[in-house]
Amino acid sequence: MADATTTGKVGGSKPLSPHMQIWRWHVTMAASIFTRATGIALYAGALIAAGWFTALMLGPDAYGCYVGLLGSLLGKLVMFGLTISIFYHLAAGLRHLAFDMGAGFQPRTANMTAVGCFAFAVVASLVVWFLAWQTGGLH
Amino acid sequence: MVQFTLPRNSKVTKGKHHAAPADAKTVKTFKVYRYDPETGANPRWDTYDVAVDQCGPMVLDAILHIKNTMDPTLAFRRSCREGVCGSCAMNIGGRNTLACTHAWADTPGEVVQISPLPHMPVVKDLVPDLTLFFAQYSSIEPWLQTDTPTPQREWTQAPADRARLDGLYECILCACCSTSCPSYWWNGDKYLGPAALLQAYRWLVDSRDESTGDRLDGLEDPFKLYRCHTIMNCAQVCPKGLNPAKAIAGIKRMLVERVV
Repeated sequence: MADATTTGKVGGSKPLSPHMQIWRWHVTMAASIFTRATGIALYAGALIAAGWFTALMLGPDAYGCYVGLLGSLLGKLVMFGLTISIFYHLAAGLRHLAFDMGAGFQPRTANMTAVGCFAFAVVASLVVWFLAWQTGGLH
Repeated sequence: MVQFTLPRNSKVTKGKHHAAPADAKTVKTFKVYRYDPETGANPRWDTYDVAVDQCGPMVLDAILHIKNTMDPTLAFRRSCREGVCGSCAMNIGGRNTLACTHAWADTPGEVVQISPLPHMPVVKDLVPDLTLFFAQYSSIEPWLQTDTPTPQREWTQAPADRARLDGLYECILCACCSTSCPSYWWNGDKYLGPAALLQAYRWLVDSRDESTGDRLDGLEDPFKLYRCHTIMNCAQVCPKGLNPAKAIAGIKRMLVERVV
């Protein structure tokens, strides 16, 4: 391995060949990075939920202010993004569960399940927001 | 380390244009990555207007035509010209494949863009340095390991056990899969990559091999094996239609099964 480390991947003065710059994306590649991105978004979502509990604890004034913030246009955008994130991450988690059991590895199947995850996230989010709107949850 | 941009010495500049010969009937433009280690200047994109009516259907035919008739300085690896040696692996139209089995007409877009296998040190033009790739292959000890005395005749294997090697033994080590993998791009010094791991699995499931436990010990490492996040680029690009991602999942399952 000594030889390998001295002439390794970023070895000497040799240039590094283009990678992200030239790659033509696969839907599975997008599905993978989106799983990571929504996972990170859900960390932020957990903080927002914790903030909601904190505001609830602090009393009516703080709670009203926090809910007002969440109900603003920006707040609604963030919440819609979080709805997409939670549904996408759920679907992607199930897809990875199948992978871990050795299923769904044919590129054609993997492409279909990746598209399925995206479709599920969008449709499920729209349904939830439609129901929220119908029941007066949005105002 | 995740690094989306190229280092300063690797940024690709605009290069030369080579016009088609006057007698060309059908012209196709090839945009080719060039790097000359003797000048040490940054790599560049050269464009060649190739008279494709004068060459064969494959990308390898076209780049041989460029080398023979337009620009003898172009460097690339090739040998068998029929997809069994793995020498001419390169990135064509944004995907890794073998130049000899990929038709230039099948590349989307007007221009056929050709660059070396991604995220590798470049020796010259389309020739990447595969030292680390082969060192990783050798680290999985790709040979039959046994403790029982060698039989008088060959090591026998039931047809069903032999069938478990199908989809694994066909690997030609062209490096298309490993260099397609973003995990290998960011952690290639520690993650073994799809090709070496597919080979590791090939020996793990060989009924004649008696080193399964040691082999699994060697792979149980946060980086060597577990940097696979099933991004699936490996299976998408393998020019032999193999599925390294599935083989890696097989290794992960074997590691779980031996502790539960």
